[in-house]
Amino acid sequence: MSTTELVEEEAGGLPVGTGGGGGAGSARRGAAAPPRRRRKWLAWLGAVPFLAYVALFLLIPTVEVIVNAFRGTSGSFSLANVRQLTSGQYASAYVASIKVSVATALTGGLLGFFVAWSTLQRGIPRAIRPIVTTFSGVAANFAGIPLAFAFVATLGTTGVVTVLLAHMGLNLTAAGFTLYGFSGLVVVYTYFQFPLMLLIIIPSLEGMRTEWREATASLGGGAWSFWRYVGLPILLPSIASAMVLLFGSAFSAYATPYALTSGYINLVPVLIGSVMSGNIVANPGLGDALALGMILVVSVAVAIYVVLQRRVSRWAR
Amino acid sequence: MSKLELVEISKRFGAVEALRGLSLEVASGEFLSLLGPSGCGKTTALRIIAGFEHPDVGKLLVDGRDLTAIPANRRSMGMVFQSYSLFPNMTARENVEFGLRIRRRARAERTARALELLDLVGLAGTANRYPHQLSGGQQQRVALARALAIEPEVLLLDEPLSALDAKVRVQLREEIRRIQTSLGITTIYVTHDQEEALSISDRVAVLSLGCIEQIGAPSDIYREPRTRFVAEFVGTMNRLDGKVNPDGSIECGGLCVAHGVALGDHAPGEQVIVLVRPESIVLEELPEPQAASGDLFEGRIVAHTFLGAVTRVTVSVAFGAVTADLPSSRALGLSPGTRVSVRIDPSGVRLLSIGTSGPGSDGSGPTGGGSGGSGPTGEAESPGEEGSATAGGLPTRSAASL
Repeated sequence: MSTTELVEEEAGGLPVGTGGGGGAGSARRGAAAPPRRRRKWLAWLGAVPFLAYVALFLLIPTVEVIVNAFRGTSGSFSLANVRQLTSGQYASAYVASIKVSVATALTGGLLGFFVAWSTLQRGIPRAIRPIVTTFSGVAANFAGIPLAFAFVATLGTTGVVTVLLAHMGLNLTAAGFTLYGFSGLVVVYTYFQFPLMLLIIIPSLEGMRTEWREATASLGGGAWSFWRYVGLPILLPSIASAMVLLFGSAFSAYATPYALTSGYINLVPVLIGSVMSGNIVANPGLGDALALGMILVVSVAVAIYVVLQRRVSRWAR
Repeated sequence: MSKLELVEISKRFGAVEALRGLSLEVASGEFLSLLGPSGCGKTTALRIIAGFEHPDVGKLLVDGRDLTAIPANRRSMGMVFQSYSLFPNMTARENVEFGLRIRRRARAERTARALELLDLVGLAGTANRYPHQLSGGQQQRVALARALAIEPEVLLLDEPLSALDAKVRVQLREEIRRIQTSLGITTIYVTHDQEEALSISDRVAVLSLGCIEQIGAPSDIYREPRTRFVAEFVGTMNRLDGKVNPDGSIECGGLCVAHGVALGDHAPGEQVIVLVRPESIVLEELPEPQAASGDLFEGRIVAHTFLGAVTRVTVSVAFGAVTADLPSSRALGLSPGTRVSVRIDPSGVRLLSIGTSGPGSDGSGPTGGGSGGSGPTGEAESPGEEGSATAGGLPTRSAASL
């Protein structure tokens, strides 16, 4: 027996929610209430593992970070750690992290979008699509120290590609590129950012209906008109959410920049690692303050996303 | 000169031949329906006219101009799609304005035009609603207004009502016809629903396997089917194996079933396929058994289906079974097992030659999709060999010789 049938029978043959207006209707609704309540509880029971997970590994650590950020070495309330964030290397670490994250979210996002779009074009063999998505699934999760070393082996000072290009007359270092600097980080981050974008955006692109393009054409519009007035506005919410995800992914990356730049580039996660492990001087309170700063930056990014989302997807509500 | 002309259009998708030398002329202001089962090529023909597909062979002329190689966005063809294809990010008004926006018309002008068209399709109060806030019928009205806003050369409708419920479908098709008549716009309408095609068109072209089987006025298509395919596809048809007697009467299974039938080219002694519409069969309750006399013969009711105004009755007769449609008020006493006299109205009989390969030539009985407007049956049947015929002065292809 289906759920609907069950509900209708329990409600005395009336579909639930039809009211009925009279006392009989109320009595029927009353009879239907206990099983509905039970189902509600069962539904909540299913969510318990998730809620427990979120509480244990997100909420409690976040509260811990916030509380400890405002605690001095003596354990009492203090603004000393938070004050340090606005000065010297700590402020510049935020600037560098935000710059790298924005740059890689944009490059990865754009590259991922165009690769996804190209994959779905007419004339591209359908067999290409699973190959691209499988590669993306792997590449999006290929990060950390293995990724750093893979790039050292290819684009490092004596990397295969660097040497090959030097033989062909293109000296990457002379051209201003170094794997161990900002441009190198952008390239390496893009490697896992663009497949992530591709995986996120492909379902949205697949949801673009051929009729919209054809309707645009029949009304006199070309490809430009379609993308300007129809395609991009429809995709914008998906693109915006993907970009925020890419920003967060880059902003929190630790192992890759640590292995690649060895601290040459001052990024917040690397800095947190240093002060927590006592690499320079152990200062867990400062680490918590830096983490609090990261939470604030990501919160601002999410807030911008929410506002943007509300504006661009007015039509979907 | 015709408004639109398809000249020997052929189109192949891989191994599938969607259109085979399709030729068609549409007069200015005419409402023409392309009717046929799934896969017959009707939508391909429409998409070629719209410019979304390009023919392998053949030409498309509009007002004598060759548009075959012109891209869709320079053809000025208004298109209404089967699925609701409104832009979801635009309101109803913005959707209707879109074509004028592309044409860089002034904002005030395009807004006025959009509101005027929304009023025409009965949606004056919904201009600021987004598509997801509109019902299916309302969305198709907006799509129609959007297509009309650019004042297209030809209005193309690709099964625009197939996703709607029955009541809205009937209402909207009447509105489409009203608007088309009031604007005098040349319209090509694709459908697989025979009732829809017959009820709103000036002419109907019945397609099968990429060719036009017959083209003509709806009443001609229904009353004078020229091929077995058309006879069986459009409406319900009794198909009997018969013979022309020397006296001109028609015999089936040794019984004389009709006198005074228009024989056409059929000679006495010739084996023929006898096509009879259910409404051309007259039944009377018969209290006692009675020998066949004249064109009256006996049968026994085996099934009956109430269809509202009419009741469809299946009668077992000596040579098989026939289906008759009776006014429901007259069919009240006719239950399964009732003995009845059967008479076929000779004016409702159509004869086709036997000997052509085609659907179901191996037996007799009713065929077709019913008069209730539900989808036709027999889509998998092939019309058989090709011939050529002329209907209404336009070139067509025939599946069976007449």
